Amino acid sequence: MSDYADSYVGMAAGIVDQALAAGATDAECTISEGEEFSANVRLREVETLKEAGSRAAGLRILRGRHTGSAYTSDLSVEGIRHMVRSAIELAEITTEDPHAGLPDAADLGSIPGDLGMYCGDVEDLATDLKIDMARRAEDAALRADPRITNSEGASFDTHLGQHAFANSRGFAGGYRASYCSLSTVPVAREGESMERDYWFTTARGFAGLENPEDVGRIAAQRAVRRLGARKMETQKVPVVFEPRTARSLLDNIFDAVHGGAIYRNESFLAGTLGERVASEKLTVIDDGTIPGLFGTSPFDDEGVPTRRTVVIENGVLKSYLLNTYTARKLGLRTTGNASRGLAGNAGVGNGNLYIQKGGDPPERLIAGIREGFYVTELIGFGVNIVTGDYSRGAVGLWIRNGELAFPVAEVTIAGTLQAMLMNLEAVGTDLEFRGSMAAPTLVVSEMTVGGR
Amino acid sequence: MQFSESFFPHRFGIATRDLENYLAEALSQGGAYADLYFEYLSTSSISIDESIVKSASQGVSLGVGVRVIAGERTGYAYSDDLSPEKIRKAARVAAHIAKGPATVEKISLNGSGRRNLYPVLTAPTETAFSDRVELVKRADRAARAYDSRIFQAQASYADNLRQVLVATSEGVLSWDRQPMTRLNVAALARENGGTPQRGHAGGGGRVDLSFFLNEKTPEHFAAQAAREAIVMLEAVDAPAGEMTVVLGPGWPGILLHEAVGHGLEADFNRKGVSAFSGRIGQQVASPLCTVIDDGTIANRRGSLNVDDEGHPTGRNVLIENGILRGYLQDKLSSRLTGATETGSGRRESYAHIPMPRMTNTFMLAGESDPEEIIRSVPKGLYCPDFGGGQVDITSGNFVFSAAESYLIEGGRVTRPVRNVTLIGNGPEALKYVSMVGNDLRLDEGIGVCGKEGQSVPVGVGIPTIKIDRMTVGGTA
Repeated sequence: MSDYADSYVGMAAGIVDQALAAGATDAECTISEGEEFSANVRLREVETLKEAGSRAAGLRILRGRHTGSAYTSDLSVEGIRHMVRSAIELAEITTEDPHAGLPDAADLGSIPGDLGMYCGDVEDLATDLKIDMARRAEDAALRADPRITNSEGASFDTHLGQHAFANSRGFAGGYRASYCSLSTVPVAREGESMERDYWFTTARGFAGLENPEDVGRIAAQRAVRRLGARKMETQKVPVVFEPRTARSLLDNIFDAVHGGAIYRNESFLAGTLGERVASEKLTVIDDGTIPGLFGTSPFDDEGVPTRRTVVIENGVLKSYLLNTYTARKLGLRTTGNASRGLAGNAGVGNGNLYIQKGGDPPERLIAGIREGFYVTELIGFGVNIVTGDYSRGAVGLWIRNGELAFPVAEVTIAGTLQAMLMNLEAVGTDLEFRGSMAAPTLVVSEMTVGGR
Repeated sequence: MQFSESFFPHRFGIATRDLENYLAEALSQGGAYADLYFEYLSTSSISIDESIVKSASQGVSLGVGVRVIAGERTGYAYSDDLSPEKIRKAARVAAHIAKGPATVEKISLNGSGRRNLYPVLTAPTETAFSDRVELVKRADRAARAYDSRIFQAQASYADNLRQVLVATSEGVLSWDRQPMTRLNVAALARENGGTPQRGHAGGGGRVDLSFFLNEKTPEHFAAQAAREAIVMLEAVDAPAGEMTVVLGPGWPGILLHEAVGHGLEADFNRKGVSAFSGRIGQQVASPLCTVIDDGTIANRRGSLNVDDEGHPTGRNVLIENGILRGYLQDKLSSRLTGATETGSGRRESYAHIPMPRMTNTFMLAGESDPEEIIRSVPKGLYCPDFGGGQVDITSGNFVFSAAESYLIEGGRVTRPVRNVTLIGNGPEALKYVSMVGNDLRLDEGIGVCGKEGQSVPVGVGIPTIKIDRMTVGGTA
C-alpha cells in the first residue's frame, strides 16, 4: 500500500512538471484518494450500508504573481491535461498579487517518523463486525433506561485515505491516514417531552475505539437528562461549558486568530498580538505533531512542516495561525497551518488545537456555583468574529446550590467573546481529544441567559 | 429531446440497455428497488479581496451512485469511474444489502416528457471567464464607493453546471441539465478607528449571466452589503427575553425552513423522532399561516425539474390556514408508508444517499399593510435580514440569527441592534403569528441547507409578519 502512496506522490510531481512545461512559473499539486464505509443500524436492524472509493487531483499554478487553479476527478491523461490547461488559462484573469507565491524553500519540509496517522486494523474489518459495533452501541442505549423509547440509530464509519503533495520548489511527500468512529442517537420520551442526544467514540484505529456499550449508555443518559426541560427567566449568571460545548469556543478562537481574518481586520483579535486578551487561566495551543491525534500531519497543505504553536499563553495572545500568504501579508512567518481543498488558494486550518487543562475537576467547578447554567449543547451561528458579539441557542442543566438540578432548553446565552475570554474564571482537568479541537470544562463568570 | 441526444449517452456512450443491465445487477441479490444517479459537475469560482482578484478556479467531478432498497434497508455504492466494469462493481456492492434470489424480473426504461424550469441556453459555467471576473470587480468597486467608511470589501462568484441522469428499476429514465450561479459580497465599515462592522449580501439562481446585468446587478448586492455594514456602526446592545418580533419580507423566511420545514421531512416522521410526528390535521400555526414548499418556480435556486430520484418536483402545501397538511416525501419513505411522493428526494452528489429535503419554502401573503404591522407594535424587534439558522427536530427548538435588526419603539423602527439570535419551538412559534403582510417576497438566492452532512441549495420566502411572542437572545 505504501508503494501505491508513492505512486500518487510521483503523479503529483509529474503534474507539477507538466504545468511548468505548459508555461507556469511555479506550481503545486495535491492528490487525495479515499475509501469510505458506513453501516447504520436503527432499532437493531441494518438500515444502510455504504461503501465506495474516490480520488481527485487539484493544481494551483503561478505565472509571475498571477495564480490560477483547477481540479478534476478524472485522472486519465486527457483529464490531467485538461486540468493543467484550465489552471494556466485562469492565471490570465487574476490580478497580479505581490504576496502570491509558494513558500520559501527554507520553510518546506516534513516531520520524520511515524505520526500514528494510519492503523492497518481498519483495513480488514469484516462488514458483520462493523454492523455489530453499531448494533451494540444502539442496543446499550435502548436498554439503558425505560424512557429511551426510540432511536435515530447508530452508525459505524471508517475512512482510509492517502494524500500526496508536490510543488515546483522541490517538495514531494505523501501520507496515509485512517479513521473510524462509532456513534448513536437515542430518543427519550416522557409525557409530551421528547429529546434526543448523541455520544460517539473515534480513533485512528479500530483498537483505539471505546467500548460500544459505554457509547450507548452515555448517549442514553445524555438524552434522558434533557427530558422535561424548562425555559428560564432572563437573567445574568455564571455559565459552565462542558467539554463538548467548550470545544465550540475554540472554533471561535480559531476564527479570530486566523491569519486571513487578521490581515483583513475582520477579527476582534486583530492587532492584539502580545496583549492580554483573556483571563490568565487560558492557554491555547495548536500542535499538529502529536502522534495519533486527528489534527496531526507531517506537513501542511503547502509542504511546510507542522509544529507546536502557543496561540494564547496565560491570557496573552502569542501567535496568530498562518499560512504562507497570510504570513507575508502580516510581515510574519508561516506557522505551518496551510489548509486547502483541491481548488483555490490555501486557507488556514488548525492542527490539534486545544485549551490546556486546569486544576479543578468538573464536579468541583459545579459545586462552587450557587446559581448557574451548565451548557451541554449550542445551536445556531450567532457569533460575529468581527465584533465579538455572541448570541447562541443553548440547552443544558440548571445549577442550583452546587448541583445539576434540572434541564433547561429554548434559551439563549449572550455576551461578547472579548468578555467571555476575560471572564474565564476556571478551567477543568477533563481534557480529552475527540477530534482536532479539544477543551476541558470552562467556567465563564457571567453571561446573559435569554428566556422568559 | 430524445434520451440518445442527452448528455450521458452523447458524452459517455451510455445506452438504455446498459442502464437496464446495471439495474438488473443491482437487484440480483433480491433487492426490491434500485436506482442509478449519474452526475457530471463542472464548477467555477472567482474571488476578489483588497481589490485584487486573488483566486480563480474551475474543475470537474463525475461519478455514479447505485442504490438498492430491500424493505427498510438501503445499500449504496458509488464510483468516480464510469467504465462498465466499475459501474457493475458498484452495483454488486450495493446489491449485498439484500440476501436471496432476484425477484424483480424485467426492467424496461422509458424517458418521460420534460418541462424546463430553467431554460438557460448558455449556462454561466460555459461563458468566457472575462465576463464573469467583471462581476466581482464591479461589486468590489461599488461596495467601496458606497461610503467613505467602507474600508474593506470582498466578493466571490461561483457557478456550476450539473448534468444528471437517473434510471430506476420502476422504469423511470430522467435527465436534467441544472445550471446554478451565485454572487456574494461582504463589506467592512469603520468610523474613527472604532470597532469594524460587517455587512453581507448575495444572490443568484438557475439563471444565465444576464441576470446580473439586467435584474440584480453586482452594484445592487454591493450596496446592500455596504449599507448593512454602515447601519451596524450605530448598533446598540440587543434586548434579551420574550417580546414581539416583526420579520421583514424575503430571506427572514428562514424562520419557516427551521421552525417547520425540517420537522416535516418524512424520514424523521416515519421514524417518529420529529416534534411534528403524528400531527397531520392538527393546528400548528395561527390560521393566518399557509406554508408551501414549491420546487417548480422558474429559475429559483431551490427549484428542480426532477428531484434527485427522477421524480418531478411539485408544489406541496405543508401548512394550510394553520393546519398541518403533509410531509416532504422521498422514495424510501413513500414506499414504506404508502404516502404519495412529493418530489423531495435530494442529494448533495453521486456520493450521497438521497433523503427528503426542502426546495423553496415560503408563506403565502396575507392582507396587512407592512407599515401598519410596524405601527401596531409599541415595543419589539424588527428583523429585515438574517444569517443562518438551525433546528433540533426532536424537541422542535430552533434558532435563527439576525444579521440586521432594529428596535421598534412606539410603533416606529428606531435604533439598530447588535447581532442577535432568536429562539423558539417549531410546533408553537407560528401560533403567535398575529399579522401577515401583503408583501410576500422570495429571497435573492443564497440559501444552503445542511442535513446529515449533505448540503443542497434552497430558497425561502415570507411576507412581513408579526410574531407576538418570541425569545430574543441579547444582553440588554
